[in-house]
Amino acid sequence: MGPFFHRHPGLTPYLLLAPALVWLGVFFLVPLGFLGYQSLQSGIYPNFEFTWEFSNFSEAFSDYRTQLGRSFLYAALATTAALLLAYPLVYWIAFRAGKWRNFFLLLIVAPFFVSYLIRTLAWLNILADEGPVVGFLQAINVLGEDGRLLATTFAVVAGITYNFLPFMALPIYVSLEQIEPRLLEAAKDLYATPTQTFLRVTLPLSAPGIVAGTLLTFIPAAGDFINAELLGTPNQAMIGNVIQAKFLESLDYPTAASLSFILMATILVALLVYAKAVGTEKLTG
Amino acid sequence: MNPRLTRNELLRRGAAGGALLAFPSLLAACGGGDDGGSSSGGELKTVLNFANWPFYIDVDKPTSLQKFTAQSKIKVNYYEEINDNAEYFAKVQGPLSQGNSIDRDIFVLTDNSRFPGLLVDQGWVEELDKDLIPNITNLVDAQASPPFDPDRTYSLPWQSGMTGIAWNEDVTGPVTSVQQLLEDPKLKGKVTMLQEMADSVGLVMLQNGDDPLAVTDESFTKAIDAVQAAVDSGQVRRFTGNDYAAPLAKGDLAAAFAWSGDIVQLIPDNPKLKWAIPESGGMIWTDNMLIPTGGSVPTASTYMNYVYDPAVAAQIAAYIQYVTPVKGAKEELAKIDPELANNPLIFPDDNTLSQVNQFDSAALDNEDYITQWQGVLGQ
Repeated sequence: MGPFFHRHPGLTPYLLLAPALVWLGVFFLVPLGFLGYQSLQSGIYPNFEFTWEFSNFSEAFSDYRTQLGRSFLYAALATTAALLLAYPLVYWIAFRAGKWRNFFLLLIVAPFFVSYLIRTLAWLNILADEGPVVGFLQAINVLGEDGRLLATTFAVVAGITYNFLPFMALPIYVSLEQIEPRLLEAAKDLYATPTQTFLRVTLPLSAPGIVAGTLLTFIPAAGDFINAELLGTPNQAMIGNVIQAKFLESLDYPTAASLSFILMATILVALLVYAKAVGTEKLTG
Repeated sequence: MNPRLTRNELLRRGAAGGALLAFPSLLAACGGGDDGGSSSGGELKTVLNFANWPFYIDVDKPTSLQKFTAQSKIKVNYYEEINDNAEYFAKVQGPLSQGNSIDRDIFVLTDNSRFPGLLVDQGWVEELDKDLIPNITNLVDAQASPPFDPDRTYSLPWQSGMTGIAWNEDVTGPVTSVQQLLEDPKLKGKVTMLQEMADSVGLVMLQNGDDPLAVTDESFTKAIDAVQAAVDSGQVRRFTGNDYAAPLAKGDLAAAFAWSGDIVQLIPDNPKLKWAIPESGGMIWTDNMLIPTGGSVPTASTYMNYVYDPAVAAQIAAYIQYVTPVKGAKEELAKIDPELANNPLIFPDDNTLSQVNQFDSAALDNEDYITQWQGVLGQ
């Protein structure tokens, strides 16, 4: 091996890349190609035929644009909520928690020790109609006598926010933690108020973390189906629920496959628009 | 042969063939081939893997399964993994379509879904070894010849049951009609319907005064519209399989389309639960034991023979309170518990039978109906 690399030094980067490329090829591109093949089939289970059925895409889009729109709305709401919750939290941890920093970070990651499904099922109990939260909110008249939280849009968005909060919090924490304290001192020396310091020094310097956090939250949230399935009703169904049901309930593989492509394409477009808007240098820090 | 057609065909095959070369095993996974032959019967094994629905077997010791193991030396791994026919079928169809075993020797699917018929047509189930099932003579006459398996070559009934309305008295007064469940504003957001088309559409058709045994486009559309209206208004919270049971018992649901025996089993721990056939009538269906491709036919057949012993059938029925398909079970049960032997949920009398209906088996395979129903489910 040694002499080979000496003779062909240009190959080394490619060989280092090879495992990842093979991995992507086998577990991403091949299934993707198969999904594409399936999305152009027609017929009813189990008799599908490959017929270049491009109308699958237009029909799937027009039949399920409500759920598609809803997915992006919920994902946007959850991303915003996660940002508003996470930023002050990690700001405090980064600048005020002192030696307890790692402990608090551990607390943020702690829910990940429990499986995603179990965490969401726990919300079923927390928000239950006969549970303590609803009882309390009814007692203080925030919720009406027949009011409920479970099986509402609120429950679904709250569930998504909760489940993806660490993805928002950790990148922001990293960017805040890297801020040079002397920059903040300099701002103070130059008579900047705390608000001005935050808006003109801290916030811009943490922007890469915010961008990374929003992407890590928004993308999986848009394709999520567990929260809508367990905490919502058919009126909260997201595109992930439709894809899941098409694959696993109705065995309508062509529609499910074309919906998967539509979801991927929409996310990609949203991503490009976002990148354009915030500037690519923020994406890479 | 028309040359143009041939060329079209060639192009199509070419395209398919290209993809076939690229993804041979994946293609087979989705393939429509019906080559899953049922030739291998297999040896009698010491373990039986049995997939069934929740709330569907007796659990008071010694259970019927324990007695079976004691008598046959066959250990039973009992999996309560079926929540919904379509969902379970989707899970197992991949390996079955490739002729692979799913590590189950018996699974149980309902005749009011399209799947038992589909499995038989595709050859994804094994033939029973009737030499090992002398007790098959105890099968009630009414169940001897279902449309999907006229000679009972592949299947034997596990139990039959009825679909009606269950409600929780802590949350609501009696819910006795489908109309009340779909429209009463006091129940808004606190009711569920069943994902199974035959159950939900059947009950609504009866409410509409239509006959679910002879579905027409008109009666189907009318029922679908009623369900859709209840979904749009937020009246219906979810569509479920067996999973209505926990939220109903907890009080998150006030009422649900529900299966008879489930609720009866829950009542000892949740005395506020009630179940009834709706005023306009209920549905009746039969769950069937089938042996999936690769399952051990002798082992499965031995177990089927065991549960067709009237005494065993009586023990199971006494606990799960579904309708037993075994002749002589009533007499056996009368010896243990005369009151249960007169329970119309286990041995429906003429009055009960006159209130329940079967679903049109042709409508189950109707692509248009399936699509419409999936639309209502938000799928």
